Amino acid sequence: MTNWDRFLDSFFNLRVAAEYLPKIIEGFWLTILLAGCIILAGIAAGLALAVVRSFAIRPLNWLIIFLVDLFRALPPLVIIALLYFGLPAAGLSLSGFAAAWLSLSLVLMAFTEEIFWAGITAVPKGQWEAARSTGLRFFQTLTLVVLPQALRMTIPPLTNRTIAITKGTALASVVAVPDILGAAQAGVSFSFNPTPLTLGAIAYVVLFFPVVILGRWVETRFAWKR
Amino acid sequence: MTAATPIVQAPIVQARGIHKHFGALHVLKGVDLVVAERELVFVIGPSGSGKSTLLRCLNRLEDPSGGSITVDGIDMLDRGTDINKARQRIGMVFQSFNLYPHMTALGNVALALRKVLGLDRPAAEARARAALERVHLADRAGHYPGQLSGGQQQRVAIARAIALEPRVMLFDEPTSALDPELVGGVLAAMRELRESGMTMVVVSHEMGFAKAAADRVIFMDDGRILEQGPPAAIFGNPQHERTRAFIGQIERH
Repeated sequence: MTNWDRFLDSFFNLRVAAEYLPKIIEGFWLTILLAGCIILAGIAAGLALAVVRSFAIRPLNWLIIFLVDLFRALPPLVIIALLYFGLPAAGLSLSGFAAAWLSLSLVLMAFTEEIFWAGITAVPKGQWEAARSTGLRFFQTLTLVVLPQALRMTIPPLTNRTIAITKGTALASVVAVPDILGAAQAGVSFSFNPTPLTLGAIAYVVLFFPVVILGRWVETRFAWKR
Repeated sequence: MTAATPIVQAPIVQARGIHKHFGALHVLKGVDLVVAERELVFVIGPSGSGKSTLLRCLNRLEDPSGGSITVDGIDMLDRGTDINKARQRIGMVFQSFNLYPHMTALGNVALALRKVLGLDRPAAEARARAALERVHLADRAGHYPGQLSGGQQQRVAIARAIALEPRVMLFDEPTSALDPELVGGVLAAMRELRESGMTMVVVSHEMGFAKAAADRVIFMDDGRILEQGPPAAIFGNPQHERTRAFIGQIERH
């Protein structure tokens, strides 16, 4: 057996591939489900925190900034481990899926709060003044005038961060979630052949390439007419 | 009731003893400003003299540190006053236009009509169109601010303010950000507004416009009103050295 044959047999073994493809496909859908739940919860929570922060209620803002900095500082894997292995000691056990979802949602929330907040503060003060001078209330100005402009500005960093965090779904495999990576690793253990990992890598590309392209489309779609 | 009873019209704007501090900076040092109905008052003065701050105190974009302000009979500084309701009666036009970039000209004008006055969309848009008509921009209703010249943007901003049918209009250096060739259109819109009987307070250095249209010119310096009077008196025969120096400087440009 030449080295080349050995390489092909290790990474592109058709027999192993055929055997473990169904598991990888199941993992693919599970990854999509997990990523979707993280994106929804994380972005919604981040936006909510940024909106609350704009009310400038000081003790509340200290709390928000503390939470945001905490979840930006902690490695996501540490949060997952804490929730999955630590909570049962407190009498509360989460499934691997729930622990991964909650952890990564909190991290995405922290980052998107900062992104939305930066967007809100980047809208010129004159926009607030013009809107308020016509009698619009604070919250109306925020939602009708400021946020639509802030959101447009935040789309590029938001797509980047969202992609980065959803790739973190692979961490769920550590807490026994059979996502793409989890399924691939299980396949490797059972078959003593790394081909399932190749399938996993392909699955990630198939999953994230459209996401990246969608991100580009969204960025151009929401650019202002000039 | 006797025939001799004069009709005493309360002034629309009555600001008394206005002070404003920004930290250690004392920007307004006891300013009185009374504006009668249909009057056009021009406020001039060097930069940093407090003209814009005074204007912004009138609709409480800035909170004065002291004094009293009533506009159209409403106590603007009373905590019980619904400031959003009061602001409907006070239109404001800004140096940098401040149009909402994500809305068309029509959308800009219609927003407050829908959300503040509570008109439904067709009614709001009809009224917005009429306001754009008044600044001769009905044909630009569907354009976004980025597709309009500075002068057109400023006229849309005027339409946005007058659509609410305010009792008084405040102009904060409305032509300062414009290329010279675009100033004329904005001044024409302001002149037409003036001719329709609108009460106006204008912070601006457009001396030609002041001479032609103002009822009164106020010269501010260092947070105080130094002198005021009809444009002919202020421009032709200023009493204070500072006024003379300032007007000399402006006219040399």
